[in-house]
Amino acid sequence: MSEMLRVENLKTYFDTRKGLVKAVDDISFTIEKGEILGIVGESGAGKSITGFSLINLIDSPGEIVAGRVLFDDRDLAHLSEDELSNIRGGEISMIFQDPQMSLNPVITIGKQLIETVIYHNPETSKQDAYKKSVDMLELVGLPAPEKRMASFPHQLSGGMKQRIVIAMALINSPKLLIADEPTTALDVTIQAQILYLMKKLTKEYESSLVLITHDIAVVAQMCDKIAVMYAGRIVEYGSNQDVLYNSKHPYTKGLIQCLPKLNEEKDRLFQIPGVMPSLLDLPEGCYFSDRCPYADEECKIYPETTTIEGRQVSCHKVNQIS
Amino acid sequence: MSVISFIVFFIMYKAGDPVELLLPPDATHQEVVQMRAYLGLDKPFTTQYAIFVKNALKGDIGNSYIYGQPAVDIVIERFPATLELSFLAMFFSVILGIPMGVIASVKPKAILSRSIMFFSLAGISIPVFWTGMVFVLICSVYLGILPSSGRGEVLYFTSAFTWDGIKHLIMPVITLTLFQLALIIRLTRTGMMEVLMQDYIKLAKAKGLPNRIVIYYHALKNTLIPVITVIGIQFGQLIAFTIVTETIFAWPGTGKLIIDSIQNLDRPVVVSYLLMVAFIFVIINFMVDVIYTFVDPRVRVK
Repeated sequence: MSEMLRVENLKTYFDTRKGLVKAVDDISFTIEKGEILGIVGESGAGKSITGFSLINLIDSPGEIVAGRVLFDDRDLAHLSEDELSNIRGGEISMIFQDPQMSLNPVITIGKQLIETVIYHNPETSKQDAYKKSVDMLELVGLPAPEKRMASFPHQLSGGMKQRIVIAMALINSPKLLIADEPTTALDVTIQAQILYLMKKLTKEYESSLVLITHDIAVVAQMCDKIAVMYAGRIVEYGSNQDVLYNSKHPYTKGLIQCLPKLNEEKDRLFQIPGVMPSLLDLPEGCYFSDRCPYADEECKIYPETTTIEGRQVSCHKVNQIS
Repeated sequence: MSVISFIVFFIMYKAGDPVELLLPPDATHQEVVQMRAYLGLDKPFTTQYAIFVKNALKGDIGNSYIYGQPAVDIVIERFPATLELSFLAMFFSVILGIPMGVIASVKPKAILSRSIMFFSLAGISIPVFWTGMVFVLICSVYLGILPSSGRGEVLYFTSAFTWDGIKHLIMPVITLTLFQLALIIRLTRTGMMEVLMQDYIKLAKAKGLPNRIVIYYHALKNTLIPVITVIGIQFGQLIAFTIVTETIFAWPGTGKLIIDSIQNLDRPVVVSYLLMVAFIFVIINFMVDVIYTFVDPRVRVK
């Protein structure tokens, strides 16, 4: 397998009035062709900002302050807006969290799809772009695609809209797809269908997928590799098997423990004590230290990232955790 | 409109007796009574109103007490002058205001945006009569380049086709435009800033669309919805309230007519003017609704 995307020491900071928010702080990972990477973490851990940073689409006051996003020998963190728009929606595309809000309410579905095709392939005729759009809608399992082309977003259900957003993201056969919680707004049955569809398309087209989610069960099913984020940093990063079944970071362990098990009877689910600290008020040393059962004096200094048993972990207590 | 007719009729009835203004102060009592009977003012209020409604339904609102001609004709005769002013003012406000608002919203910290916002703040806060008089002072009194009053040469109901007419138009139109322009700039800017934060704009960018398409197509189309509503309301207001501007520039439009007629207690003229304005408001609102269905698919009815 060859490398599709390499992120090196990426930092995305927001210079707000209340102080500097390090939403993404020094993260690195790679994605191979045909691979699915899952980024998991609680709300506010910096998952979505990581996704947007990959296509360098950060709203002010945020910006990428350091690091590189290497894609096909190009560093997306340092490209001009024009070059970036060529890549966005073409070679890399993104699916947003909320399908209700991600389609323009006053433009027909058809127009929104066709323009995506035309701006990336200026030589395509309108008829061809139309046909391609209808085919794509059919591929994502939208019933009566021809009719839907003339519809406006408010005439469609949430599930339909999400399929359209996915069709829009896939229409130019991107090499890399970033899906930011693509199924949170949908009900469970549709969730499964959509995830299955994305996995199938990724494997079929030999493209890569970055799946951003807080649902560790989804990640377990879908992903080849997993990066666990906490307060803007990656705390554990490795293969699905290693990270989920042999976690080395206390936070990952906690997350997995939170999942209900079928063979166990329990009145209360496990929860990690406390809440994730505000990015404006991080604890000294390891960010997880004040919630961590293993924490001691040593954790007053942020741990180095070490490679152990094939995955990267940032924790002083790796050796005590089995 | 019938409610308006009643209210106006009643107020004018209560306001005073026009006969005293019409006749010279030394008129005899008999002349006064005769005049009153001639104008139909000797009957009680309800009878007067009943006669008015009966005639109005036939399209006759009565003759002006002053001019003796049908009141509706007088108002209609004056209307092109007012429409011309309002239309030009609205036209310039829209074609300048929307782009300026967009520019000010896209890069709010740029010097150009800041100067636009400063200008619009001034436009909103400075009263129309003051700008009008300052214009007259500078352009007519000191520089003597523009005429201070009248319409100039009129061709096809408007001054806009003759050079002399255009010279007369410049100052009143600018005076009227300033406030509207400022309002549209602010409205467009606020609307744009709101829309630019939406997810669908981010998605449009994530699709790789060029910035100008994102701003002038995806974002502006959404921003225009509230702007159109306000343009409609403002256009009606412009027509109805050019009074101040027309008075300053002695513009022979309906604004000046209504002021004169109120002073003379010329009831038929006032009533027909207000009915006309009400009618125009209805038409404009109807047009706004029609435009709405083109811009906002959510209000379209199957």
